[in-house]
Amino acid sequence: MSHENEFKSLVWGAVLLLLAACVPLVANGYWMSIALTIAMFTVLATSWSLFSGPTHYISLATAAFFGVGGYLVGTGMSDYNMDFWTMVAIAPVVGAVLAFLIGIATLRLSGVYFVIFTLGLAEMIRTMVSWIQNNFTGSRGLYVLTDLTEADIYIYLVILAAVVYLAGWWINRSRLGFALRIIGNDETVARHVGINTATSKVILFTFSGFVAALVGALIAPRYTYIEPNGVFSPELSFIVVIMALLGGTGRLWGPIVGVIPFALLQEYINANYSSYSTLVMGIAFLVIVYFLPRGVVGRIEQLLAKRGRSTW
Amino acid sequence: MDIIITGLLLGGTYALIAFGLNMQYGVARIMNLANGEFLVLGALAAFWIFVADSISPILTMLIVAPLAFFGNWVIYKALLMPLVRRAKNKGQLEVDSILATFGMSFALVGIMVSIHGEYFTYSYLAEPFEIVGETFALNRIVAFCFAVLIGVALWLWLFFTRPGMAMRAVSVSTEASGLVGINVQKMSALAFALGGAVTTMGGTLISTFITLDASVGVIFTMKALIIIIMGGVGDIRGAIVAALILGLVETTVARLIDPGLTLAAAYAIFVLVLLFRPQGLFGRKPT
Amino acid sequence: MVATVLSVANATKRFGGLVAVNNLSFEVHQNEVMGIIGPNGSGKTTMMNLISGALRLSEGSVSLDGRFISTLKADQINQRGIARTFQLVRVLPGLSVAENCIAGMVFGHRRLWGDQARYEAGKLLSRVGLSGKETVPVGSLTYIDQKRLELARALASSPKLLLLDEWLAGLNPTELQEGIDLIRSLREEGITIILVEHVMDAIRSLCDRCIVMAAGAKIAEGSPGEVLADPEVVKVYIGEDI
Repeated sequence: MSHENEFKSLVWGAVLLLLAACVPLVANGYWMSIALTIAMFTVLATSWSLFSGPTHYISLATAAFFGVGGYLVGTGMSDYNMDFWTMVAIAPVVGAVLAFLIGIATLRLSGVYFVIFTLGLAEMIRTMVSWIQNNFTGSRGLYVLTDLTEADIYIYLVILAAVVYLAGWWINRSRLGFALRIIGNDETVARHVGINTATSKVILFTFSGFVAALVGALIAPRYTYIEPNGVFSPELSFIVVIMALLGGTGRLWGPIVGVIPFALLQEYINANYSSYSTLVMGIAFLVIVYFLPRGVVGRIEQLLAKRGRSTW
Repeated sequence: MDIIITGLLLGGTYALIAFGLNMQYGVARIMNLANGEFLVLGALAAFWIFVADSISPILTMLIVAPLAFFGNWVIYKALLMPLVRRAKNKGQLEVDSILATFGMSFALVGIMVSIHGEYFTYSYLAEPFEIVGETFALNRIVAFCFAVLIGVALWLWLFFTRPGMAMRAVSVSTEASGLVGINVQKMSALAFALGGAVTTMGGTLISTFITLDASVGVIFTMKALIIIIMGGVGDIRGAIVAALILGLVETTVARLIDPGLTLAAAYAIFVLVLLFRPQGLFGRKPT
Repeated sequence: MVATVLSVANATKRFGGLVAVNNLSFEVHQNEVMGIIGPNGSGKTTMMNLISGALRLSEGSVSLDGRFISTLKADQINQRGIARTFQLVRVLPGLSVAENCIAGMVFGHRRLWGDQARYEAGKLLSRVGLSGKETVPVGSLTYIDQKRLELARALASSPKLLLLDEWLAGLNPTELQEGIDLIRSLREEGITIILVEHVMDAIRSLCDRCIVMAAGAKIAEGSPGEVLADPEVVKVYIGEDI
């Protein structure tokens, strides 16, 4: 990509972000709530695809990190009288450390082990947290009482999205991003050109853990009442995967192309046919695998390339 | 003693379920994450038929097995073969099959929830039975015996028949098997179908003593995967030992600490295996 | 006395009960082209994998410039200055031709990035005969061009020692001559090379010295002319065309 193009996409990104930041001015309660959901998934899916896009490791750990973030805010504020912002500062660090440990244990092995490990991770943390809560801290409800409105949280998430996009932009043009692309192509070659493959993967995975925990912490005031079964819902991980793959992980802005329609679809299904939401997720996975293996963005680029060739 | 026997009984059924997944992963080389849903389907069928006509789950198993065999065969031919064909390398097939089977898993859960959204509660052979002075539920013992029976039958088939030998050959090397005239595609489809049928039978058996619901399949997929990884992919002896260890540990944790922590215990084993013996209990160090 | 670049001492590699490389020792000197030859399955590629760090030695040691490298991982070994090509060509299909080449110079023995890397890649690609193909999709390159690209990637790290694993296999006579000339020119630049090869013409015209492997062990060492005349070597090669 030339420097001129890069500058252009930066300007475009900035304009879109400003537009996104204006949503609270026009949106009412219902649409504000949907916008908040979209902002949340945009951050989660984009940071997910920074790691999983180039490496093809399917991480299902998002719910675990997200839950850790939300739960820490809940327990910190209810059980230890901590300030919301203090907990927001602590949560992502814990998420990052957790991701780091999981990364060094599983990322040196093949992709299957990693998927399986992350698959049950949220569930395991949930059962452990419930157990600790029931036996040691007493099963009190965890309240997150702040005077933040949905619009406030939304703005924080948009800022976080901007940071994630900038980080992604920087990673993509750095040696680290290049290393990840090589790893995704052929890990053996990657090692033989001098890349410490485990370290590169762990760095990115740690980053995604940091971001997911931060999102979980920031959005906690939205739910007011935190319980392990809610914040550690494994479904969240799958939705993030679907959204990111639906949009396409080949481009930094790919995931958001999947986030917006899928979030709206889910909203519609949950409101009207809530018993079918699992089935819809299943169909979404199948559609991605069989019809959109490179996501909507990849498909559009493919079509454009074809048209480009035929008009020449 | 009580814990050990209960643990071993549970482990026997786990071994059967893992056997099913092991055939799908070891021979057809598809990591089938919808495997647990077939287990739940087996349980659902048992529950349904038992409640409607009070037919014994053991009989249901005989009806369910060929259906599951056929269903899995169709899934392999219609949905997974195209992925095998289009995959440029092993990694891509792995990612594709993981995503596709996740899709099937969710779709099946969605369908089962719409059929029966509550727990599959029924009572079959919930009578006391005495072994070495301690009492156990008869249904656990019956399930264990049938699991052993099916397992032994499969083992005999794999080791003493021509198709069984062909299947073992494919599990060692798809390429070499093709070269010696084995129809690898046919064997893969057969193994996938057979694996699915075995897991479904396991589900029918397990439903006699554990109450399941439509969404619980993924937990069993996880357990089967943990067993396979602990035992070493394709290693039957390792899988049996791993299944018994898992059954024992889960039962011990449930009895002595908290039933809510069984999954955490299974996970702890998994982490230890990944850290110290990623090649499996009896596996050689990968080269 | 010429400096020793690589020294392999009592290298042994076992896969379970199979001994793929058995107590093998040899040295490679500065600016030398050394050939490893031997029938199929004699352990040549395994030996290459042991040097590059793709496999771990069961016993023995490998040292580069007098320092042990046999405990290092492949990435660390590459950073010390050993680069390789693979027996079955491995290009990176998702990257452009130029990026494939740059991949070799960013993380290893040489750490270039940005404009400088692009400039170097252009030079190297024209060096191996790929100029003008920088933007061609890697998947549509011909076999020889993929091999050229792999060589460019290996050279990109400016290695002290280059391992070529049957790099000349599968080329037609014209391409083969080009390939031989290319390797010779690398040697003239001062790169030390280990060559695993079945093409005996290449061995004769390129190598200063050869070792011959059979069933994992070294059975002969010397100039190509000497070892190919050795009765024992002829014996292990019976049925193969030399």
